[in-house]
Amino acid sequence: MIREFSSADVLFIMSAARWTLILSAIAFLGGAIGGLSIALARTSHGKWLRRIAAWFIQVFQGTPLLMQLFLVYFGLAVVGLPINPLLAAAVALTLHASAYLGEIWRGAIEAVPSGQTEAATALALSYPDRMRHVVLPQALRIATAPTVGFLVQLIKGTSLASIIGFTELTRAGQIVNNATFKPFLVFGTVAAIYFILCWPLSLLARHMETRMRRAITR
Amino acid sequence: MYQFNFQPVVDSMDLLLHGAWLTVRLSLMAMALGLIVSVLGAIGKTSGIRPVRWLIDVYVEVIRNTPFLVQIFFIFFGLPAVGVSMSANTAALVALVINVGAYGTEIIRAGIESVPQGQIEAGRALGLSPAKIFRYVVLKPALRNIYPSLTSQFIYLMLTSSVVSVISANDLASAGADLNAQTFASFEIYLVLTIMYFLLSLGFSALFAVIRRLFFTYPASR
Repeated sequence: MIREFSSADVLFIMSAARWTLILSAIAFLGGAIGGLSIALARTSHGKWLRRIAAWFIQVFQGTPLLMQLFLVYFGLAVVGLPINPLLAAAVALTLHASAYLGEIWRGAIEAVPSGQTEAATALALSYPDRMRHVVLPQALRIATAPTVGFLVQLIKGTSLASIIGFTELTRAGQIVNNATFKPFLVFGTVAAIYFILCWPLSLLARHMETRMRRAITR
Repeated sequence: MYQFNFQPVVDSMDLLLHGAWLTVRLSLMAMALGLIVSVLGAIGKTSGIRPVRWLIDVYVEVIRNTPFLVQIFFIFFGLPAVGVSMSANTAALVALVINVGAYGTEIIRAGIESVPQGQIEAGRALGLSPAKIFRYVVLKPALRNIYPSLTSQFIYLMLTSSVVSVISANDLASAGADLNAQTFASFEIYLVLTIMYFLLSLGFSALFAVIRRLFFTYPASR
C-alpha cells in the first residue's frame, strides 16, 4: 500500500532525529574520554604506550567507519553479547571518535610550547598537575575549533548506524520512503534536517578558527 | 564459545580481491573527476563573479553538512522521481565525485589564496599568458601547498566509497555483503574486509608519496 507523504511522516522523521542527537552525544562523550587517553598516551614518555596509541589511531583512521560498525555489530555475538544495534553503533562510533579526537588533541598538546612543560617541571609540579594546570588548558584553546569541526563529521557518521538497523534520522527516512514512495521529498527532508543540525556547528568552527588565527598572528 | 570459521573467506578470496580492484578503480575515477570539479570550483570561487561564487558556496556547504549516505540515497532513489535515473554504479561514481568535489573545492581554494600576489605579478611581468600564469604560477604551487590535505581527503574518499554497497554498486564492501548473504560467516568476512581496506589505504598513501616525490619536490624557496 502506498500512502501520501503527510505531516505525520515529517513528525516521525523529526522525532527520529532525536536518536541521531543521542547517538552523537554518546559517541562524543565516550570519544572525549577515549580521545583524551589516546592523546595522553601518544604524548607520554612510555615507548610502548606511544606505539599502541599511534597504532590505534592509524587503524581507525585507515579503515571505513562502515566496516567498524559491522565488525562491532557482529563482534557482539563473538563475545557472547546479544546483538543490539544501539549498543553496536554506540561502541563503534565511540572508538571512531576516540581515534579522531585523540589525533586532534595530540596535535594540540604538542602545539603547546615545550618551555611550558619545562617551567612546570622546574616548579616541581607532578605529571598530573602539569597536565591539568599548565598544558591541557592551553591545548584546549587550540583544540576547540577542530573539535567542533569533528563533531559535524560525527553527526554525519551516525547516519551509517541505519545500515545495521538502528532507527535514527536516515533509517526513519527509509521507512517513510518505503511506505510513501516519495524519495525526492523524503530524502530531501532528511538532508535538510542534517543540514540544520550541522551547518551552525560548521559556521561556529570556522568562526573560532579565524579568531584563533588572528590571536596567533597578532 | 564462538567458533571461528575462515573457510568461506578463504574459498572466495578471488571474489574479494576482484571487489578490492573495483574499489580501487572506483576510487581512482572519483579522485580524477573530483580533482577536476575541485579545480573548477576553486577557480569559480576565487573569480570575481558574484552569482557563481554564491552558487559554489551553496554547493560546498550543502554537501559538507549532510551525510554521504543521504546524498547517495537522494541521487539513486530521489533523482529518478524527477526524471534523472542512472545505474547503481553510475550513481555511486556521481555521488562520490560530487562529495569529494565539495571538500576539494575548499582545499584548493585555500591553496590558491596561499599563493602570494607578488608571484602572479612577477609572472605577468615576464609576459606569461593568463592561462600559463594560472597553470604554472598559481595552480602548481597551490597544489603543492595543499597536497597533504588533498591526499588525505582522497584516502577518506576511498574509505567512504564502502558506503556505495548500500545501493548494491559493485565494490569491495558489496562483494563482502554478497559473501555474507551466502555463508553467514559475518564476523570473519568483515574482519578480512577491514584488513583489506586498511591495506588499500596504506597502498594509496604510498602511491601519493611517490607522486609527491615525482611532481612536487622542486625547490620551494631560495
